[in-house]
Amino acid sequence: MKLRERQLVIGGIFVLITFIFIGRLIQMQLFSSEWKEYAARLTEETERLEPARGLMLDRNGQILLNNMAGYDIWFTPRKCRTAGGLDTLAFAQILGITRPELEREFRRAEAYASYRPSIIYKQLPAEHFARIAGELYRFPGAEVRRRTIRTNPTGLASHLVGEYREVDQNDMATNPNYRLGDYKGKSGLELQWDQALQGKRGIRHHIVDIRNDYRAPAQEGLLDTLPTPGLDIQLTLDLDLQAYSENIMANKRGAIVAIEPSTGEVLAMVSAPSYATDLLTGRERGSNYDSLLNHPRKPLFNRTLRATYRPGSIFKMIQGLIALEKGVIRPSSRITCDRNIIGCHGSHTLDNLEEAIAHSCNPYFHEVMKRMIQDGSSGSVFSDAHKNLGAWSESIRAFGLGTNLGGHFTALRSGTVPDTTDYDRMYGRKRWAYSTIYSISIGEGELLTTPIHMANLAAVLANRGHYISPHVIQSVGGQGKPAEMEQRFDTQIDPIHFETVIGAMAKVVTSDDGTGRRAQVPGFEVCGKTGTVQNSTGNHSVFIAFAPKDNPQIALSVYVENAGAGGDWAAPIASLIIERYLSGVVEQHEKEARILQATYPFPESPL
Amino acid sequence: MRRTVPIIQRIDWLTVAMVIILMALGLFNVASATAGADSVDWFDWGSKQGKQFMWVALAILLGALVLIIEGEFFIRTAAIYYVLNLILLVAVLAVGRTIGGAKSWFNFGSIGIQPSEFAKTGTALMLAWLLSRSNERMSNRNNLIKAILIVAIPAGLILLQPDAGTVLVFGGMILVFYREGLSGNVLIAVFCALLITVATILTGASSFTYPFIGTSSAVGILWVILAILGTFIWAMTPQWVLPRKRKRVRRSVIFSFIAGLAMSAALHTGLEEVLKPHQKDRIHVLFGIDVGNPDADYNIRHARAAISSGAWTGKGYLQGPMTAYGFVPEQETDFIFCTIGEEWGFIGTVFTLLLFTCLLLRILHLAERQRSDFTRIFAYAAASVLFMHYLINIGMVLGLAPVIGIPLPFISAGGSSMLGFTLLIFILLRLDAERFTVLR
Repeated sequence: MKLRERQLVIGGIFVLITFIFIGRLIQMQLFSSEWKEYAARLTEETERLEPARGLMLDRNGQILLNNMAGYDIWFTPRKCRTAGGLDTLAFAQILGITRPELEREFRRAEAYASYRPSIIYKQLPAEHFARIAGELYRFPGAEVRRRTIRTNPTGLASHLVGEYREVDQNDMATNPNYRLGDYKGKSGLELQWDQALQGKRGIRHHIVDIRNDYRAPAQEGLLDTLPTPGLDIQLTLDLDLQAYSENIMANKRGAIVAIEPSTGEVLAMVSAPSYATDLLTGRERGSNYDSLLNHPRKPLFNRTLRATYRPGSIFKMIQGLIALEKGVIRPSSRITCDRNIIGCHGSHTLDNLEEAIAHSCNPYFHEVMKRMIQDGSSGSVFSDAHKNLGAWSESIRAFGLGTNLGGHFTALRSGTVPDTTDYDRMYGRKRWAYSTIYSISIGEGELLTTPIHMANLAAVLANRGHYISPHVIQSVGGQGKPAEMEQRFDTQIDPIHFETVIGAMAKVVTSDDGTGRRAQVPGFEVCGKTGTVQNSTGNHSVFIAFAPKDNPQIALSVYVENAGAGGDWAAPIASLIIERYLSGVVEQHEKEARILQATYPFPESPL
Repeated sequence: MRRTVPIIQRIDWLTVAMVIILMALGLFNVASATAGADSVDWFDWGSKQGKQFMWVALAILLGALVLIIEGEFFIRTAAIYYVLNLILLVAVLAVGRTIGGAKSWFNFGSIGIQPSEFAKTGTALMLAWLLSRSNERMSNRNNLIKAILIVAIPAGLILLQPDAGTVLVFGGMILVFYREGLSGNVLIAVFCALLITVATILTGASSFTYPFIGTSSAVGILWVILAILGTFIWAMTPQWVLPRKRKRVRRSVIFSFIAGLAMSAALHTGLEEVLKPHQKDRIHVLFGIDVGNPDADYNIRHARAAISSGAWTGKGYLQGPMTAYGFVPEQETDFIFCTIGEEWGFIGTVFTLLLFTCLLLRILHLAERQRSDFTRIFAYAAASVLFMHYLINIGMVLGLAPVIGIPLPFISAGGSSMLGFTLLIFILLRLDAERFTVLR
């Protein structure tokens, strides 16, 4: 090869290299999407615009749940490094944590992404933030983002409203829209109405610079959306009554549920002991939750919906009503108080229905139920029971017992009203007769109900035969009450029969020997019935009532655990609550003082 | 003699045009890379684009000045210019300022001068002067050694800074030697050396469990393979080669394989023992070896992303977010091609590459039309220098070569390289313009 021709080799090398470069550019610019996506990930960032969560108000528009400002401290490791680091000791001091704690957070942030901010300190309260805001510039990489913290300024109705807190791994796995640090309703109404309350998140697309700071809108902002605030929810609760009731139940264990009978609206719902909602929303949630969880009196347990008790004597009113409806007795029917089969109390011997309810006569209702179940129609006591119990159970369920009461409370336990299949399973098919199961005739045995079931029963009695499914939602987003709230259930029992039972209930409160005398309210005619739930660690004091007798405004159940007879504690509490609701003020100061002074555990003999 | 034709008509205006287009391209892209997404203020002398504007103006002035100086001046002063450069290279080691780990800058206020950028021109002049003095050129061993020394002395001084990229550029002078008579086998040997280098790095980074010895670097396997291959070829040579050449061929086979093994061993030792971890990481990243450090290939990932995101037509001038918001480090200097890629897309990048290739081929054309050996050799030296910058810079940005900081001629921001390349090209143009009038 002549030397002159070597220019072709050299020129060839030049051209070859250019071809290689162009080939590489074709691959990078025209075909590969991997690197384009990587570029988009680097330069585009979506900012989520969090909507304001809907408030919760009581029936009078008073605020129950509100939002307030809280401040999260975020940290970007790379920004800190490029600025030459920061004084961790000073930073830990102004945040009020220890240096190792802070350094642990730094390592966590570094492990997540060194060029993206991570939260290193959550929910700095506003006043703390105000104190340190001027200092933060000294700590490169640290920034503050405002967020809203849920707050319940009154601390009332914590069990009902439930928890609103950070999502966990499980939430993020089931819903990809949740990211670490997001919040959601986790229990109670916050969970049940999360969709409505949370509103709709807005999204803003940004082009960011290498420091991840927003520099310009991406796609000219065409894809951006504004947040839609969550819907405010108005509850049927009367916060004044709720506050009074919670105060009354302070230092006691038990529950109160008050319902407006004509509408099914729940006016107050108290589970004692209670706790302040905000204990479980702030920074200290973890330790607060642990101490509440391990507290011997179980403050986290929502007794209004989840504690099940035997109905006891109160159940006798239902027995009387369905017996009247089935015609096995008349109001004037008298039955001998035969204490050989089942014990009784008091000195009565031959009561009619009204007296039997007032005296809480056990043999009377044993006989009444026997007439319904063991009617001799099929030749054997076993077949009779097997044939008739089903219809009886249905009649009981028509009062709401053993049902979900229309299903407006997700946490509600239905309780138990045993029927044929239950006993078949327990004893074997036709291996049981009335004599096997008679304890349910006086509200004992397998029967189980919750405080809200019993309050609803009071509403059924007040309404003379029907109830509107109990609910706490008055209005969602100002649109009024959702139609499904006002479901009506009928007992199919002639209202005439109720007058007998209501007469008895009035006597329980008014007559000199009535068990519920302490439930009297000056100026109002209260109808009530005491119950004493047998319990090995001390009987529970129970009372259900409604008032006024002829135009009932409030129906309620009161449970005081381990407090003794229903008339001793539950009845006077019912009296105070009825007075507070009907007249706005409580004049029975002596009664009020006695209740407020009583603390759990109750003395053996309260009188 | 056609003295009557003015020199201005003899100048190769095509080359001038290509250089000016490259300068303009550089100016616009440097402005975009430094100004962000805001509008560009060209006359803000404190800003980088303002400085670059000034450098382009100065370069054009310098070019014009060079064009009116007799070519003979450059030939006669070649040695002086070369020695002056060597002095500056020594001086910069003593009093220079360290930027980016290399002590390669003289500082005058806000302006820095990098003597190594001018040393390329000096070396090209000196090489042309030496080789044009004798008709034997590279076939004379004495000449070869002198030529190698002329290149190696400044390269060695620059290696002390250390500035590996510029040293590689000096290595490109092998193309000049080749054109002037160096055996083609040397080019092949260089190619083989590159192959062995790649194989050594790849095997060196993985491990292998040997019998008896235990787990160690897999580079041993490469050495075993080389040894077996060498022995095999040595044994088979008598079958393949004419008897009278056998002895010589067998000797060179043995020599080649021992040299290859020695080089591989030296390279492996150098990689493991001499290089700093981050330098080793850079090399490993290039070969797709996981270095377990997400920051190690940070530059190259961002560069790649920026270029890829340009797609066909780019994001538009001043519209590239990676350019505007500082995602690509050193994007106005060594990584300027990313800005072209992101904002002008495939059309812009290919245009730039083709423009460079045309310029290189044009210089080869100029070189071969000379009667003067000096001019031809100088032209080849200029082409080699430009080509090495083109090869290393674009190769690095496209992720085909290691990250070695070296500017893209006429495009990257910076005064020294701009003036240095201008000197290189315009001296050539002046010499070329005199090709009919001066007999050398």
